[in-house]
Amino acid sequence: MRMVLKGNGAVAHGVRLARAQVISAYPITPQTSIIEGLADMVSEGKLDAKFIKVESEHSALAGCISASSAGARVFTATSAQGLALMHELIHWAAGARLPIVLANVNRAMAPGWSIWTDQNDSLSQRDTGWMQVYCESSQEVVDSVIQAYKVSEKVLLPTMVILDAFFLSHTYEDVEVPEQSMVDGFLPPLDLPQKMDLERPAALGNLVFPDRYMEFRRKMDLAHDLALGVWEEVGREWGGLTGRSYGLVEEYRLEGAELVFVTAATAASTARVVIDAMREEGIPAGLLRLRVFRPFPAELLRGVLAGRKKVVVLDRNCSFGHHGIFHQEIKSALYGLPDAQRPPMYGFIAGLGGRDIRPDDIDGMLRGVWEGRITDPVSWWDVLEAKDPARAAVVMA
Amino acid sequence: MAADLTTYDPRNLHLPEGEIMRSGHLACPGCGAALGMRLALKALGPKTMVVIPACCWAVINGPYPFGALDVPVLQVAFETAAISASGIKAALDVQGKDDITVMAWAGDGGTFDIGFQSLSGTVERNDDIIYVCYDNEAYMNTGIQRSSATPYGAWTTTTPAHTPKAEPKKNMVEIMVEHRIPYTATASIAFPEDFVRKMRKAQSIRGAKFIHLWISCPAGHKSEERSSVKIARLAVETGVFPLYEVEDGVHYTINHEPAFTDVTEYLELQGRFRHLDESQIENIRRNLEWEWLRLRAKVEMGQKVPSPPAPVKAKVDEGAHEPRGE
Ligand SMILES: Cc1ncc(C[n+]2csc(CCOP(=O)(O)OP(=O)(O)O)c2C)c(N)n1
Ligand SMILES: [Mg+2]
Repeated sequence: MRMVLKGNGAVAHGVRLARAQVISAYPITPQTSIIEGLADMVSEGKLDAKFIKVESEHSALAGCISASSAGARVFTATSAQGLALMHELIHWAAGARLPIVLANVNRAMAPGWSIWTDQNDSLSQRDTGWMQVYCESSQEVVDSVIQAYKVSEKVLLPTMVILDAFFLSHTYEDVEVPEQSMVDGFLPPLDLPQKMDLERPAALGNLVFPDRYMEFRRKMDLAHDLALGVWEEVGREWGGLTGRSYGLVEEYRLEGAELVFVTAATAASTARVVIDAMREEGIPAGLLRLRVFRPFPAELLRGVLAGRKKVVVLDRNCSFGHHGIFHQEIKSALYGLPDAQRPPMYGFIAGLGGRDIRPDDIDGMLRGVWEGRITDPVSWWDVLEAKDPARAAVVMA
Repeated sequence: MAADLTTYDPRNLHLPEGEIMRSGHLACPGCGAALGMRLALKALGPKTMVVIPACCWAVINGPYPFGALDVPVLQVAFETAAISASGIKAALDVQGKDDITVMAWAGDGGTFDIGFQSLSGTVERNDDIIYVCYDNEAYMNTGIQRSSATPYGAWTTTTPAHTPKAEPKKNMVEIMVEHRIPYTATASIAFPEDFVRKMRKAQSIRGAKFIHLWISCPAGHKSEERSSVKIARLAVETGVFPLYEVEDGVHYTINHEPAFTDVTEYLELQGRFRHLDESQIENIRRNLEWEWLRLRAKVEMGQKVPSPPAPVKAKVDEGAHEPRGE
């Protein structure tokens, strides 16, 4: 059925179609309309689930962890401060190998308070063992939520489905909402191999001594390796059912591209317009959109980027004291390439705290690099630079 | 009046026969928390699931891949016992398994302090779980630091003997009662039949139930292992820990009228109170009197005030429902 949905509405419909059984969530802008939508669906009987209206995000995820441990398909959603408050349990969910799906609406971290998008909230959870999928459109959101359950339940790792604040969460788009019967065929009811069970009483989550701990973590890492293939497989299967295939990354006009622009989420939509215009002019530019960030498709990226003339990475995030996070990750993936194959990389940090990234910005980055005017490995874009950086560095306001 | 300790012959106790807790656990000798769990599970029976946050019991149950309980156990983060029980209950409900009791079993730190917020949320929603706080009056697992359940005057490693805890113990039971949950009770390992009865009563009531179980801790209270039950009994008989239950947030019943033995009998058996001088002990006596005045006034209040009106479910008028726009 075709519907006009904003990103948040697409999340709620994805959760409904996946037949989540327990929802445990707490409101935060700009995530709220996800859980309001779900509250309506549960209240109207359109979704047969228990919605635990918890007193915090910390409890939101704790409720998902225990409900999942008892065998239910679960869902929660949050943003920024809420995700940070969950942090201890973010580790817990992955360590306990629970197939939880969480929608995170990317929002900048305070202070100062910001409700607008950037990726530092989700990327701060990079090393927790969760899978992360960055979405570009409402269509991709609804499709990814459903796929996330399938992949998570196969590899027993939780997934964060991530969408930009406002640019995606609150923008209405035309969406093909799949039929329930089709989704039911794609995603069978959850049957966890290990759960709380009166027939087989076991203690889950005990103390683990050093002689066993590492093996648990090794298995988590192996599950991530496995998940790379599963995401591709599931994305293809989805394509067979809906005509919309998904991969770990999305390649746009990369044939013959010497200048490759890499980014994630909605900035990719803007980049497409710029790439098209540059191609018109004869500049051999192309776009690589990161979709699945954890597990990290290093080998795939190496293959796609090897031998290109220049690679430009746009990060709507920053690992302070180093680079943008996508930039560093891609750079590390390319390290294994022989010198002649390894393209020079240029990182741009832009759009933090929801600052708009316009076509002109991307055009400026790409042209600056292509024409050799920008040579710095990392640049902050569209930012008011102080005359005296040493002094500015220690003045707050 | 001296407490009559002779009437409690363990051979005359009437307790359920079945054992769900096995002997191969890791509790210290004389641990009241081990005895408490044994009794709690005797009461609840095998159709029970247990949540254990960080606390001594996270260790007592045994390391991976062992477990001392013959029912499913989920160990959870320190501050999440209550919501974890809620989550399990919700999961069981959606799977149509409505005959399983879910019990959260947390220490005083996990209840009075770090898990307070989540507990308040769970009982405010009146989720159908039993929450037992086994109270050894400090963070014992991390080596005896004060909690807000530590009583006035007690030594802990963070309230050293020359500056012992200056504040009174937080009254968790009253905080739970004020959430208007259907059932709140105190219990003691020295009164096992009373404890078992209360657990069974809790099991028979739908909604949130809170049991505050006082236990002794030889390592943390600096007491003799063989005196654990005696000290627990003296906590009740001196009036330090009243045995009572509260229904519907208003009806108070005192389950055991203490002998009101002088509090020194209780204090002397525990090294954590050894440093107290007469003025501090007198302060404890005066506070006990005040606490009892308050408790008895509540019993009287409950005789005058009826149960709160039963909640009424909103009528849903299908036609009038206005769906929110996407
Ligand atoms: C978030 C967090 N903070 C601190 C700890 C360390 N810790 C583990 S158990 C514990 C004390 C538990 O005290 P209590 O709840 O009274 O149980 P007891 O050990 O006395 O049985 C502490 C502080 C932890 N596990 N998690
Ligand atoms: Mg304690």
